[in-house]
Amino acid sequence: MTEPLHRHESALRIADHPFLRGLDPSLIESLSEQAVERDFDPGEFLLRDGETADGCYLVFHGKIALEVSAPDRGRLTIQTVGPGEILGWSWLTPPYRWQVDARALKHVRVVRLDAGVLRRTFTELPEAGYQFLLRLLPVVAHRLENTRIQLLDVHGV
Amino acid sequence: MASVGDRRRIDRGSFPALLAALRSEGYRVLGPTLRDAAIVYDEITTEADLPIGWTDRQGPGTYRLERRNDGALFGYTVGPSSWKRQLFPARERLWTARRTGEGFEVAPEPPDERPVAILGARACEIAAIAVTDRVFDGAHRDPGYYARRGRLFVVAVQCGQAGATCFCTSMNTGPGVTGGFDLSLTEILGPGGHRFLAVVGSEAGGRVLDRVPTVPAGDEDGPAAEAIVARTAASMGRSMDTTGIRELLPSRPEHPRWEVVARRCLACTNCTMVCPTCFCSTTEEVPSLDAEQVERWRRWDSCFNSQFSQLHGGSVRQSTQSRYRQWLTHKLSTWHDQFGTSGCVGCGRCITWCPVGIDLTEEVAAIRTPAPTATAPRGTP
Amino acid sequence: MGSSPAAVAPVGGARHPYAPTPYRVLSRVSETADTVTITLAPAGGAPIDAHRPGQFNMVYAFGVGEVAVSISDGGRFPAPLVHTVRSVGKVTHALAGVVPGQVLGVRGPYGRPWPTEPAEGRDVLVVGGGLGLAPLRPLLQELLAHRERFGRVEVIYGARSPKDLLYYPEIQSWRQRTDLRMQVTVDAAGRDWYGDVGLVTARLADVRLDMARTVAYLCGPEIMMRTTARDLVDRGIPEEAIWLSLERNMKCAIAQCGHCQFGPVFVCRDGPVFAYRDLRRLLAVREV
Repeated sequence: MTEPLHRHESALRIADHPFLRGLDPSLIESLSEQAVERDFDPGEFLLRDGETADGCYLVFHGKIALEVSAPDRGRLTIQTVGPGEILGWSWLTPPYRWQVDARALKHVRVVRLDAGVLRRTFTELPEAGYQFLLRLLPVVAHRLENTRIQLLDVHGV
Repeated sequence: MASVGDRRRIDRGSFPALLAALRSEGYRVLGPTLRDAAIVYDEITTEADLPIGWTDRQGPGTYRLERRNDGALFGYTVGPSSWKRQLFPARERLWTARRTGEGFEVAPEPPDERPVAILGARACEIAAIAVTDRVFDGAHRDPGYYARRGRLFVVAVQCGQAGATCFCTSMNTGPGVTGGFDLSLTEILGPGGHRFLAVVGSEAGGRVLDRVPTVPAGDEDGPAAEAIVARTAASMGRSMDTTGIRELLPSRPEHPRWEVVARRCLACTNCTMVCPTCFCSTTEEVPSLDAEQVERWRRWDSCFNSQFSQLHGGSVRQSTQSRYRQWLTHKLSTWHDQFGTSGCVGCGRCITWCPVGIDLTEEVAAIRTPAPTATAPRGTP
Repeated sequence: MGSSPAAVAPVGGARHPYAPTPYRVLSRVSETADTVTITLAPAGGAPIDAHRPGQFNMVYAFGVGEVAVSISDGGRFPAPLVHTVRSVGKVTHALAGVVPGQVLGVRGPYGRPWPTEPAEGRDVLVVGGGLGLAPLRPLLQELLAHRERFGRVEVIYGARSPKDLLYYPEIQSWRQRTDLRMQVTVDAAGRDWYGDVGLVTARLADVRLDMARTVAYLCGPEIMMRTTARDLVDRGIPEEAIWLSLERNMKCAIAQCGHCQFGPVFVCRDGPVFAYRDLRRLLAVREV
């Protein structure tokens, strides 16, 4: 997971990403359209709360902090996302707006899939799209579980 | 010299001699007496302290004293007090510590050396003592309990009648007394005269009986006593089906009946206070005013108290339902896992002294009935 | 059953089961805003018995009371006793506020230790949450002292926030070892934290052990142990190879006060360390 990515290999690489591995090759081929490899330096934002959610990130390297800000608590990291994981699902449903900030903690390398391509592909290949969603939902569920534990403050009591 | 197993007759007129014999053997005598409209256990100095000619009428949530039409000394069943209070006092000092410079010195409470005789222990109560013997034994045997236990002289009385909340036959603890006594008595009224059949259970029992005017038990005394026990056994006010109960209760933690009983249960702790085997306790630190000396006390606690299962985040058992379930499941099931015996002796005190009359025999029967299938198990999302 | 005065011999000579032994405070180190680690040595008298990793003591503050605290250092007898205490109540507040030289009381050690024999020749996973690292620390020390007996060893430690991490210098030294892999994660963090944020269960995905041949030791909030144990079973660790340490209200620590009952067991005597296999069913029932 840590070896450098090469731009011309992106299509091949996304098929290797654990999130997509084993999915229908025609789906992966469709998604690779407009897929771009991107690097972020520590401190750089991948996405920001309130902005249009126009892409989905396959993380290949580094660590990303999902942050929320509260006036009296400053910037608070609520979860970190690392290699092999996927970042972002707000592109799937209207209003297509990010709900958190995502900031690189250390040098991050991702492949960004285009939201328009994703949505169009899902309409054209609903069965493959369903397989994609089956993998996305546990990511959402895990975030929810994380939030639940934070709500309980189990270590605090 | 009367020896173990000897059966002798004590005439009613010689009964005071038994009290005198116990005292001359050095025992402080505790037994049933009338107080606060109930028959409770307290110090007995003369036979006039006994509830002669009285009986009790019990039911779920009710207890009334009534006059008998005879002069029976033991013509009643068990009241709110039990011998637990004698062996495991409601409050007991464990140790005292005194400040010494930067540190402190701990002095364990010296054991109370005075021998005690308990007069009128019923079969269920002797069974209860056997249960608490196991509770306070183990790797850290309780010194206070065992000091008192070792000096305890037990005068058993076989029950001549069963109360409306009694079910010792279901728990195999009575009404016949089969062991665990120094002397056992059966009070025989009617033909042949008011008398007692005494059986010697220990050498100490023999020594006491030697000081009492007795004659060898007559041919009719044994059968008369057996008939009394048989009559009592046949007139139990309650019964409980204990078949597979050890597996039953823990297997139904989500039975809807727990919620039903919790609607009535006040979590008042009465059942645990009157129970002759409930042993839960807590400790308290009692400092002197100048904080130079502290006393550590142990006092009865109850699994019905909200603080009982307190952890930093809150109580583990917040609902009354969970506390009732804990109590009943422990008493009838997990007690076996812990001590190799049931925690219930069938005395019925928890039924009588429950302010709302919750009857565990009824609750067990209800939980034995499988929950209607339409009711989803609680706790499923 | 005999009941004559001679039938049951009274107890004599042995130490009173409720009497604490005076111990002097050697040091007090702040771990977090509300948690301290205190080190104790016998104040003149004979020490209490030797302990094993995972056991606990009843620690007593004169005039205040006593509380169950796990032993958080595996130092061999008669090394000083180490306890990590979080100030959450009257007694723990008094214990957290001690000064060196002050005398406390100790009775113990109590409970069943972490069994290490089942882990010999196998991989080991240690998962701690919050203060749950305290009773795991002597276990880790023991694993490292006999490192050759075990396969790969991994640790996952979760805390509420970076400033709630216990034994920080020791964690740093563990993380630098090549014979131990340690992941640290927190529930939430500020920008000065570059580590992981999220549940300990999220870190399980990154564990590089042979799960079918791994023994796991868990201690932390019950909800965390429950979800972690379920997750570990899903990942292939057998139920009987998962050990966890339970917390319940304790007054006597000798299975006589009734407070710590969890179904059929007394946590003080039969635990606090249990095999997950034996508790799984009860852990799923509410308010046991």
